[in-house]
Amino acid sequence: MNGLVILIPAAICLGLLALVTFLWSLKTGQYDDLKGASERILDDEAPIRRTDRK
Amino acid sequence: MPASAIMATSGTIAAEPVSDDAEALLALSRAAGPTARQIEFAVPDAYCVTCINAIETGLGRLPQVVSARVNLSQRWVRVVFAPEKGSVLDLPRAIRASGYRTHALDPVADGRQDQALHELIRCMAVAGFAAGNIMLFSVSIWSGADAATRDMFHWISALIALPAIAYAGRPFFRSAFAALRVGRTNMDVPTSIGVVLATLLSLWETVHSGAHAYFDASTMLLFFLLVGRTFDHLMREKARGAIANLARLTPRGATRWLADGTTAYVPAEDITPGMLLLLRAGERVPVDCRIVEGSGDVDLSIVTGESMAVAVAPGASLAAGAINLGAVLKVEAERTASESFLSQMAMLMETAEASRTAHRRIADRAASIYAPAVHASALLTLLGWGLLVGDWHAAMLNAVAVLIITCPCALALAVPIVHAVAAGRLFRNGIMMRDGTALERAAAVTDIVFDKTGTLTIGAVRYIGQASGDPAMLPIAASLAWHSQHPLAVALSATAPPAPLLVEEIRETAGQGMEARADGATWRLGSAPFCGGADGDGDDRGAGPEICLGRNGAVVAVFRFADAIRPDAVSAVAELDQGGKGVRILSGDGPQAVRAAAEALGIWGHAARLSPEAKLADLQAEAAAGRRVMMVGDGINDAPALRAAHVSMAPSSASDIGRSAADFVFTNGRLASVPFVLGIARRADRLVRENLVLAIGYNALALPLAVTGHVTPLVAAVAMSTSSILVVANALRLNFGTDLVRREEPVPAIITAEAVRS
Repeated sequence: MNGLVILIPAAICLGLLALVTFLWSLKTGQYDDLKGASERILDDEAPIRRTDRK
Repeated sequence: MPASAIMATSGTIAAEPVSDDAEALLALSRAAGPTARQIEFAVPDAYCVTCINAIETGLGRLPQVVSARVNLSQRWVRVVFAPEKGSVLDLPRAIRASGYRTHALDPVADGRQDQALHELIRCMAVAGFAAGNIMLFSVSIWSGADAATRDMFHWISALIALPAIAYAGRPFFRSAFAALRVGRTNMDVPTSIGVVLATLLSLWETVHSGAHAYFDASTMLLFFLLVGRTFDHLMREKARGAIANLARLTPRGATRWLADGTTAYVPAEDITPGMLLLLRAGERVPVDCRIVEGSGDVDLSIVTGESMAVAVAPGASLAAGAINLGAVLKVEAERTASESFLSQMAMLMETAEASRTAHRRIADRAASIYAPAVHASALLTLLGWGLLVGDWHAAMLNAVAVLIITCPCALALAVPIVHAVAAGRLFRNGIMMRDGTALERAAAVTDIVFDKTGTLTIGAVRYIGQASGDPAMLPIAASLAWHSQHPLAVALSATAPPAPLLVEEIRETAGQGMEARADGATWRLGSAPFCGGADGDGDDRGAGPEICLGRNGAVVAVFRFADAIRPDAVSAVAELDQGGKGVRILSGDGPQAVRAAAEALGIWGHAARLSPEAKLADLQAEAAAGRRVMMVGDGINDAPALRAAHVSMAPSSASDIGRSAADFVFTNGRLASVPFVLGIARRADRLVRENLVLAIGYNALALPLAVTGHVTPLVAAVAMSTSSILVVANALRLNFGTDLVRREEPVPAIITAEAVRS
């Protein structure tokens, strides 16, 4: 029973953390251009372009 | 407009009207920070990292650009720029300079759609989180957690489930509420009732330390349903984005002549009758107008279905939507945009829509039978247990168990998942589907009606051969033709390599032809009289247009042209014929051209010179006779018919209004898309019915268990997920089968003079 007191909140918090991370990534537009992201990784010319700022 | 601008245009037809104007672009942009503005441009040709690089660096070089980012999935580039540092006009110029076609996107329609999708994904994430975590506790309970621990687990589950259901259930509650308010029922009604009742009962059980709580079932149900709905939405979103990305054809405005001889941009809505406008080569006519100055050729193919360019002179009237092919025209507006031809078509479309036989979605039809049946059996279970056994607590539990086990999870997934898979399959084959009901309607099609120009044919003339003269004349004619933008000249110059001939002193006489001096002789390319021959010289069978080449006032060669039939039209029509569908042509073009096309394709039923109203009336008569007609067309004149037909299809080259009226748009340029869509629709229809039978059969099996009180939360969870997986797996079968082959067939079928005579 003692173990549960720590483990259950820990499990739920981790789950919540994942949920919040997902919602954050959604909000910052990380899924808006999946095809573009997979192509951009091939581009070694301009690592951080000035124009990349959001 | 100086005459040099007319001559300076290059040898290709400007396929896209390049009528950017700073004010029009600024109107499309919106504020992004104190001094910056943001705008999106479609870049339909971008497909790889090189394209991204080229476009972004091209834009990044401009001083006014703050940031530019290409979205490769949606094929657009979002540019944030500072208007005071440079003109907004430089942005599309920079993109074009990088080698990509582009046009500004209207942000209003896109933004709202994005929000709906984001809401669905957020709801899905929350429901998924809740379902996963609650399932952890449920598994512990099922494996034998005892009284105190079980209560605690129930309480924690309730703590997670209640806010999650309140948040993630909103799309369903909203839609169910909207349906109930107008006295109808849809799939979301039994879903919402099931979820809400199961949650309330579980809460009551939790408070009273009961043994069974269904929090896992209700959150999992929501999660599954949201997955199905998100897929459905994504597919439609993709199709809509792709359609929006096709070049915009309707002009948003025009260049106006001011009294002092300068020009200014005026939006289409602000054009009033009497205003003097300037029409450059390649531009579309914004409103119905009359030519004041200049003469040349206009392309009416999208307006009337006429396949050949029509020569116009001062005094002639032009309908909105026609393209000016050659010289610069000065025109006077005769009507406002809202009274023009385009708007008349829009009004016809509305009446057509009203007369269309109402189609009820198969899912709604199923729901209207299913929901009352489920609710009746739950009520009977409650009354049965309460009155016969006398245990109202057990009665309540079992009634909710009935609701949960019959909750149309699989049933609600059964239809959208098939449609989503079908839409994905069609999309990969270059066909966009507007919504799922189009697929249901296409499955019932008995007849197909084609428009001719631009649908069965490519809508552009092709050179088919030399009627008379020395074959050596062809390169000479081609080198002359290279300097003109007339469609026949463009077709000719595309056929033969220009001769290494020193052409000098080129002059183009609008509506007549070209004249040039070369090798000491005067060459003329154009109509027979212009080249020195009699009218109708060479070929008088009227198979198609022709141009003559004249040397020093005598015709030396005649070249013939025809509107080429799409390469796979013959096989597509044959396939439809074999499938037992009636095929007909309804065209606005002349009888001769229509008959030639019909005979080349083996189509018996055809009608020519039809007005938009006549096409509409024809389709309405067919519908009244109980036939389910698919209309395939592209023109503005087809739009009302497209809307009136049971289901409709348009090529991506269609007019804006035609594309937006059609249920399917094919971008692959192949008529084989028509039988392909019908085939997919038929299979999808069968799969939907199979899925409904599967889901209902599964529920029917589980129902006696629930009524007799043998359904524990564990059984409910297992039953629900297996039936959903079954339905999804069945839908995925739609991906089997051959795709459209993406290669051009070697020899294009061409309407020839022989076909006309035979």
